[in-house]
Amino acid sequence: MPHAHAPTPSQTVGPFYGYALPFPGGGEVAPAGHADTITLHGYVFDGAGQPVPDALIETWQPAPDCSRTGAPGSLRHDPVTGRVIGRDGVAFTGFGRVPTDADGHWAVRTMPPGGVSYVSVAVFARGLLHHLYTRAYLVDEPGDALLGSLDAERRSTLIARSETARTYRFDIRLQGADETVFLEFG
Amino acid sequence: MTTTTQSQSQSPPPSQPLPDGLDQRAIDAEVAAAQSAAAPGSHPPRDYPPYRSSHFRHPKQPLIPVRDPEAVELTGPAFGVTDVTALDRDLTRQHQGEPLGERITVSGRVLDREGRPVRGQLVELWQANASGRYAHQLDQHPAPLDPNFTGFGRCLTDDTGAYSFTTIKPGAYPWRNHVNAWRPAHLHFSLFGAAFTQRLVTQMYFPGDPLFPYDPVLRSVTDDSARQRLVSAYDHDLSVPEWSLGYRWDIVLDGPSATLFEEGEHH
Repeated sequence: MPHAHAPTPSQTVGPFYGYALPFPGGGEVAPAGHADTITLHGYVFDGAGQPVPDALIETWQPAPDCSRTGAPGSLRHDPVTGRVIGRDGVAFTGFGRVPTDADGHWAVRTMPPGGVSYVSVAVFARGLLHHLYTRAYLVDEPGDALLGSLDAERRSTLIARSETARTYRFDIRLQGADETVFLEFG
Repeated sequence: MTTTTQSQSQSPPPSQPLPDGLDQRAIDAEVAAAQSAAAPGSHPPRDYPPYRSSHFRHPKQPLIPVRDPEAVELTGPAFGVTDVTALDRDLTRQHQGEPLGERITVSGRVLDREGRPVRGQLVELWQANASGRYAHQLDQHPAPLDPNFTGFGRCLTDDTGAYSFTTIKPGAYPWRNHVNAWRPAHLHFSLFGAAFTQRLVTQMYFPGDPLFPYDPVLRSVTDDSARQRLVSAYDHDLSVPEWSLGYRWDIVLDGPSATLFEEGEHH
C-alpha cells in the first residue's frame, strides 16, 4: 500500500468564516510603500454570472529574490486583546488572504514573483466542497508548460490583464463560458 | 428540549421564503442518487446536487493536472511562533467572562499520507456558539449570541504534529438548503501543511450525532470510511477533571506533490 494514512476529506468553508480567517491587511503581501508594488485584483463569478460575495482568495508566490519561505513571524497582535492586527508592513510575506466583497471583488498588493510568471491562487467559498487552485500569470509566457498545454481560449483565462501601470486584473469564473482553468497537483 | 409551541412563538418569521417543495425526503432521494453515482475517493465531488449551493459553483471542465517539480505550489506559507499567542488556542479565555455551554478540549495530530507529523503548521478553528449561532452579522439564526464567545482559535502543531484547543461544544443550527435542514454540531478547521497543495479546509463532527443522515454537507463525502474520518472520538483520557470533555481527531493532509518535492530536496 503506497500510503499508510488516508486523507481527511475536504468540506466547504461555508458563508460564516468572516470573523475568523480574514485578518487586517491580509492582502498586503508587499512591504508598505515599496516602489515595485503591484496590485492583483479581480472578481469571482458563479455559473449564473453572479458575483460570489462569500469567497475567500488565498495567494502564494516567491519573493522577487525567488525565495519561497514567506515571512514567518510577521503577523502582529494587539498587545492587550491578543487579536491579530495584520502584517508588520516590513516583510514580504508571499502569502495573501482576502475575502471577496459584496460585488465579488478581491485585491492583493504584492510584488512580481521571482523566477516564475505566476501567482498561485486558491479559491474557497460556500458551495465549494473542495477548494480550487488556479494561477494568475502576469506574463503570457510562451514557453510555459502549463500554458502550452491549453488551447488559446482556455489559456487566456489564466492570463491577468494589465490595466493601468502596475495593476493586473484577474477574474475567476467558477463555471460556464470562459470558465477559469483550475488545476490539480499530484 | 424546547416544545414546538414555545420555539414557534418566540421565533421571528423567516426573512425569506423557505425553498419550495424541497423537503428532507426530496434531499434524501438526491443524496441516495449521488451516493450510487459517486466515484471512489476521499474528497466530496464538487458537483453535489443535494448541497444546493454547489450547483453554480462547480467547474464543468476537467481540472488540468500539473506535474512540475518546480511548481510554486509545492512550497507553502509558514508561520512563526510569534504569529500565534498563548490565548489563541483557548476559545474560552478570549473575553472577560466564561462562555456558555459544555466546555471541551479537542486534540489530535496532523499527519501527511505517509504518517509523518506535519510540524510547526498553523491550525485554525472556527465555530458557532453553544446555541448554534455564529458571531457573524449575516447569521440571522434567532439563537442568542454569547458576549463571551467569538468562536475563533489558532495554534501551531508541535514537533509530533499535535494540536490542541479548548472551546465549547457548538450547537446544531438550521440553514436554508431545504425545508427543515439542520447542520449537525461541527467545528470548522483550516490547515496549511508544508505545501500549498496540502492546504485543507474541513469540518470536524461529534460522535453519535443524530443529524448525520440528514446533512448534505457531511453526506457529500460519499465514501463511508472517508466520511467516518470527519467524526471525532470521545476520549476519556483527554477529559480534564472538573473542567472539560475530551475529543480526539487526527487529520491527514493530502499532497503527493509534497512527497515529490521532498524527494527533489534530497538530490
